[in-house]
Amino acid sequence: MSNNHVSHADLVPDNLKGLVADWSSDVQAFKVRWSKAMMWIFLVSDTFIFGSFLSAYMAVRLTTIEPWPNTSEVFALHVGGSDIPLLLIAIMTFILISSSGTMAMAVTSGYKKQRVKTGVLILLTALGGVGFVGMQMFEWSKLIFEEGIRPWGNEFGADQFGGFFFMITGFHGLHVSIGVVYLTTIAVRVLQGRYDRLDDYQIVEVAGLYWHFVDLVWIFIFAFFYLW
Amino acid sequence: MEQSSAYEGQPLHEPKGWWGRYVFSQDHKVIGLQYTCIALAIGLTGMFLSLLMRMQLGFPGLFESIDAGSYYQDVTMHGMIMVIYLLTALFLGGFGNYLIPLMLGSRDMAFPFVNMLSFWFYLLSVLILVASFFVESGPTGAGWTLYPPQSILEGTPGADGAGIILMLASLAVFIIAFTMGGLNYITTVLQSRTRGMTLMRMPLIIWCIFLATFLGLLAFPALLVGAIMLIFDRVLETSFFMPEIFKGGEVLDYGGGSPVLFQHLFWFFGHPEVYIIALPAFGIISELISCHARKNIFGYNMMVWALIAIAGIAFIVWAHHMYVAGMNPYLGFFFATTTLIIAIPTAIKVYNWVITLWNANIRMTVPMLYCLAFLITFLIGGLTGLFLGNVAVDVPLSDTYFVVGHFHMVMAVSPVLALYGGLYHWYPSVTGRMLDDRLGKIHFWITFIGTYLVYFPMHYIGFLGVPRRYYSNDQYDFIPQSVNDLNQFITICALIVGAAQFILLYNFVVSIYKGKKAGSNPWGACTLEWQALESPPGHGNWDVQLPVVHRWPYDYGLPGATADFVPQNVADEDIT
Repeated sequence: MSNNHVSHADLVPDNLKGLVADWSSDVQAFKVRWSKAMMWIFLVSDTFIFGSFLSAYMAVRLTTIEPWPNTSEVFALHVGGSDIPLLLIAIMTFILISSSGTMAMAVTSGYKKQRVKTGVLILLTALGGVGFVGMQMFEWSKLIFEEGIRPWGNEFGADQFGGFFFMITGFHGLHVSIGVVYLTTIAVRVLQGRYDRLDDYQIVEVAGLYWHFVDLVWIFIFAFFYLW
Repeated sequence: MEQSSAYEGQPLHEPKGWWGRYVFSQDHKVIGLQYTCIALAIGLTGMFLSLLMRMQLGFPGLFESIDAGSYYQDVTMHGMIMVIYLLTALFLGGFGNYLIPLMLGSRDMAFPFVNMLSFWFYLLSVLILVASFFVESGPTGAGWTLYPPQSILEGTPGADGAGIILMLASLAVFIIAFTMGGLNYITTVLQSRTRGMTLMRMPLIIWCIFLATFLGLLAFPALLVGAIMLIFDRVLETSFFMPEIFKGGEVLDYGGGSPVLFQHLFWFFGHPEVYIIALPAFGIISELISCHARKNIFGYNMMVWALIAIAGIAFIVWAHHMYVAGMNPYLGFFFATTTLIIAIPTAIKVYNWVITLWNANIRMTVPMLYCLAFLITFLIGGLTGLFLGNVAVDVPLSDTYFVVGHFHMVMAVSPVLALYGGLYHWYPSVTGRMLDDRLGKIHFWITFIGTYLVYFPMHYIGFLGVPRRYYSNDQYDFIPQSVNDLNQFITICALIVGAAQFILLYNFVVSIYKGKKAGSNPWGACTLEWQALESPPGHGNWDVQLPVVHRWPYDYGLPGATADFVPQNVADEDIT
């Protein structure tokens, strides 16, 4: 199970020639574990799912006949007697991006084989995810119960606003929730010492890839829903 | 994820008992066979539905049970079953699973458990699809493209019941199954080849399956998104695809959506889907032509680059299905151009196959017959594609039988011919016995000539302007009587072709027990699946050591060698 092959960097130059050498080599095209290769390929595919969702949203927002709701009004929080736009979403985005930071630290300490630190950092990341989903639930319930926005219509403007908002943020929230379960599983396994026995912490990086991807997607959703 | 990147140390999951070996198996060969059997079974259903349609068109009113509604349900389910549940599943799930690890010298797929899940999700999607036949008001009858608003509005068969919902749910489950399988195929091809197996030494069929899988992983998401949104439109009454609709003088609850958006999402999947089916067919033909003509494939490198070009361009031609949908005409110009450009790499491939045959020692085996039939059929289907790719010609021909004739030649008959050739070629590898040659030739000639008699007249009917998807043609003045005569002729031919497929099934079943023993390499092929430890290959495929590859997969007629082929795992100094 140990990484007994010669370090890749010693074999091929780190430039275009190296790329060609990798691709024309036998056995494997990328000098990474299968799970990492698979996660990258999956993320490319998942990118196309979110890409299709967001393209559809943009297309309908441009072609729908009624005006789009004023998002800084709809998403505003009523704090201290005045409406503050983007407040809740700023906190949510901050938490999610911070969790990407703890995830990156977890990957680093994983490669340093620091078992407890890695496990705790992954759990912190998952906690950030839970916080994000929790605040999303709060936001959804505010939109549904206080402002009366439904997937099939609302009183602020085009009917499609609610549909696209709940569908896309819901699909993203599902990704975050799955990520929380995934990260918790990995964290438990780290703390149990499974990856010490295997002498291999690469799975932490694989989980990290997924988590960073979910964060990156959120940046696009944030920009297209809240800033546009 | 406890496998090592040291490929020889890959721990194998040893099957436990009969159930673990044949049912819940993680062995890629068993999974491939499971995919193949289920796909052939549902494909037979699809064929049966097409015969029902033909009965109505050839002999209108003869069968009272086929009313307009059930005719549309047959059309819809026939299309969906054939394109997705038969061809996609059989080429990638069946051939892909069976051949990728064997041809690359791996022990199994990269993630055997995920691979097993992939099959069970596929089976689930088929069951959901079949279930829609048994719900109230039956399966959806919206046409296989499922265009809204029609597909979810009351009056369309299956739209007021659960038919359309089950269809979309089944598609979503299929996409999950495909994604799990596809990640496996790509990871295995990229990361789990044996020593000496460089990318440019892979058999062309592996290149084809690899690229087709890549197309699938990038194209199916658009269909998934379209399906989710359509389900919401139907169940939650959102208006993603639904404009303001008046029905019987009353306004429905919908408004402001974009029906053309669904067409874009659908065809962004739908056109790459054509190549998801066509590329594996190309791959099978490349293998079979080289092996049964005893000659190396012409222009291997160009074949690979042509495939890559086709896979790339396949993503920017989708709107040629939508010339009459009301797009901006400038978009039509763009998509017509890209459509004609994709003919170039395709033509490179056809020329290379033909040049491979030139001066070759052609053996008229059943697989070779299928190759020759494929070349002719694909050429004819491709040529009618040139008509439809041009906007000015497509507009009058759109939605006529000319289109039906075109796409059946190019993406129904052609892939099926390749598929049959592949089944005859690899059957000995799976069972250790040969299929009966005489039955095979009878089946071939009936299928080949029969399909031409079915689809050639459709081109003519299309030129007369007969629209496709019409339940009956006898109420329109512009349709001459000759069309009905032709339709009768087509129906009779289709029934004969349909019946002939049972020759293949009979051959399949009987040959398992009574077929001639095949030996380890009956066709004298160079690729690795014929050089496995046992024949048929056992669990783990290889001896303790994996095979080492020394050459490309098409060393037929090598000067200096006694045999007329040198397998990939024979070193230069071992050639006798």
